[in-house]
Amino acid sequence: MKRSLVTFLSLLILASLILTACGAPEGVPEAPVNAPAPTDEPVAEAPAAAPEATAPEAQTVVIGFTSSLTGSQEVSSKRQVNGFSLWLEQVNKAGGITLSDGTVVSFEYQTYDDESNAERVQELYTRLINEDGASFLISPYSSGLTSAASIVAEQNETILITTGAADDDAYKTGNSGLFQLYTPGSLYMSSTVDMLKQLDPGAKVALVYEAAKFSTGVAEGIKPYLEANGFELVLEESYASDTADFGPIVNKIAGSGATILLGGGHYNDGTALARAIYDRNVGLKFAYLLVAPADTKFPELGDAALGIAVSSQWELAATHTEAEAGNVGMDWFGPTGEDFSAAYEAAYGDPPTYHAAGGYAAGLVLQNAIITADSTDSEAVKAALNAMNLMTFFGGTKFDTSEEAHGLQIAHDMVVAQWQKDDAGEFDLVIVAPADVATADPLYPIPAQ
Amino acid sequence: MQQLSLLLASLPDGVLLGFVYGVAAMGLTLIWGVMDVINLSHGPIISLGMFGTFFIFIRMGVNPYLGLIPVAIFGLLLGVVIYFVAVHRVINAPHLSSLLATFAVNMIIIGLGTAAFTTSPYNVDFSMGGFSLGFTTVLWTRVIAAVIAIAVTGALYLFLFRTRPGKYIRAVTNNRSAAELMGVPSTQILALSFGLGTMLAAISGALIATFFPFNILSGGGYELKSFVIGVLGGLGNPVGALYGGLILGLLEGIIPAFLNTSWVPVIEFGLFVVILLVRPNGILGAKK
Repeated sequence: MKRSLVTFLSLLILASLILTACGAPEGVPEAPVNAPAPTDEPVAEAPAAAPEATAPEAQTVVIGFTSSLTGSQEVSSKRQVNGFSLWLEQVNKAGGITLSDGTVVSFEYQTYDDESNAERVQELYTRLINEDGASFLISPYSSGLTSAASIVAEQNETILITTGAADDDAYKTGNSGLFQLYTPGSLYMSSTVDMLKQLDPGAKVALVYEAAKFSTGVAEGIKPYLEANGFELVLEESYASDTADFGPIVNKIAGSGATILLGGGHYNDGTALARAIYDRNVGLKFAYLLVAPADTKFPELGDAALGIAVSSQWELAATHTEAEAGNVGMDWFGPTGEDFSAAYEAAYGDPPTYHAAGGYAAGLVLQNAIITADSTDSEAVKAALNAMNLMTFFGGTKFDTSEEAHGLQIAHDMVVAQWQKDDAGEFDLVIVAPADVATADPLYPIPAQ
Repeated sequence: MQQLSLLLASLPDGVLLGFVYGVAAMGLTLIWGVMDVINLSHGPIISLGMFGTFFIFIRMGVNPYLGLIPVAIFGLLLGVVIYFVAVHRVINAPHLSSLLATFAVNMIIIGLGTAAFTTSPYNVDFSMGGFSLGFTTVLWTRVIAAVIAIAVTGALYLFLFRTRPGKYIRAVTNNRSAAELMGVPSTQILALSFGLGTMLAAISGALIATFFPFNILSGGGYELKSFVIGVLGGLGNPVGALYGGLILGLLEGIIPAFLNTSWVPVIEFGLFVVILLVRPNGILGAKK
């Protein structure tokens, strides 16, 4: 018995050694093809170290990010990753980027499931930089997760292009490598308040938002703007991210006498809140929620979706154009919104939301910076990003370069969209503000249930 | 005055929801009472009940209340399977073994559920309107859910006290060895009890799905509430769980009238700890 156990253990150890030996080469693909062994130096410095090379070199740049395949950020995160993946596939298919020294740069990405968990994000971004050799990073989806990633990126002096993250605070910590694509959270609701001022300047506002980094930042940002525009804030209430029963909150809204609801947070809580508002029929004239209504799945709520408005970072109906870039003195780069939308729909079967457009735009901005820098060197790319004054179909891209708020987006505008029904009774997300890009009048007041 | 009106508006909601919480907790506490097993797969089974309503109503067009019957049968059978696969072999082992076994089942269901349904929210677009009651609108879906919860509790009571298998369950609860000596087939009775517990979880999930959007992880919150209710109503006291559910529902109605709703879980779980310290067997006493 004892002997057979020893034999078994010996065989087990032998098998492990053989498997380890055979497995070694297979471990390499986990690190990207052509990527150097993980060092503190960025991948981009590899070509500079071999100036004697005569033939054009192929260089593969690894871009790292985490995605929320599970958890509360899943819906929006997956769309963001879809958009980014489409960009990567297209740029590689087009032959990558050819630098002036003949180096052909292509891209690959490394990603892990962060489970919508900030602690996982910190672990995984450390791994992406130190073990997977990621030269550039794209943010996860949501401000909370991005905040966690930004600390790791900054500690490792790696560029992090943030998309799907609007909170302002991360850019006010003396960073040098963060670059934000979204309109900052503090300005998120401004266009909506401007629209409401035209529609109903005497409206009473309830501000009900998820107790999370992004939505709290948005709420804090809009309060002075509401006050400056003469709106009375009759209720301010935050709720936990996993709240399912919004009955007591909706009762508070009803009791406050509010006619306008501004608030929400992310997808899961936003859908639950929209449904609670509909079920209770509290007499609101207008309801605006963050994030959730921008998703194409939102009409699955049925009539509860009707009239719900959202700020959108991008909508195809109000996509930005080369002519617009010329008018405002910005460089134009990338495909048109229509081309992006058609390619996205062909790839994924769904029309793109702004989350997907943001993911694609993150790739475009990095691509443009590498072209401008004519290098994949981190410092050169950083300098190109700092000097960027670009317009893509996603909108303007220009970063604050001050020490106080480095990387904060200062050129991107938002639109206000609202779920309405078309003549056939089908749900349609229409643009209702600003007036110069609106495709429909606002539904105001929203119909009583 | 405003807080009083808010309180009056939130109370009916809290009470009605409390009945449904009670059914969820009844399942947990029944299993604990009969076999001293804390079923950590309770939450995902609640979620499966929610998905049951979704598929029966959205995909098959059957009224969600009629759909409760197949959901209940599914919950019962699933519980029996879980019992024989994961619990039976560790039923006499230390509590940690059964805790780990049911935790493993919990992870398996969540993993499979995530693969099949993702963690995106699902919505059962089912509305029956409501009626005005002073300061608030009471939704018919909640009223009907509360009535069903009371009916389920009544049926459970009758089953436990008026039927032979029910009496067997009570006998096994009181003294398994003595019951076996009297010819009670304890293995089958334990499997039946586990199945009844999961059936109650699935029914509560199916009812909750008519109120709120959900995903495969949503049951976790109700599992935690079930622990609080179990302590409030008396650990191992299934009918007491209904009272515990009512108390929790009332708290959820009262607290937001005076404090930010973010305080609700803080107070609920604070209460949980205090009761455990002061009356470890729960306010309404332990199993009889």
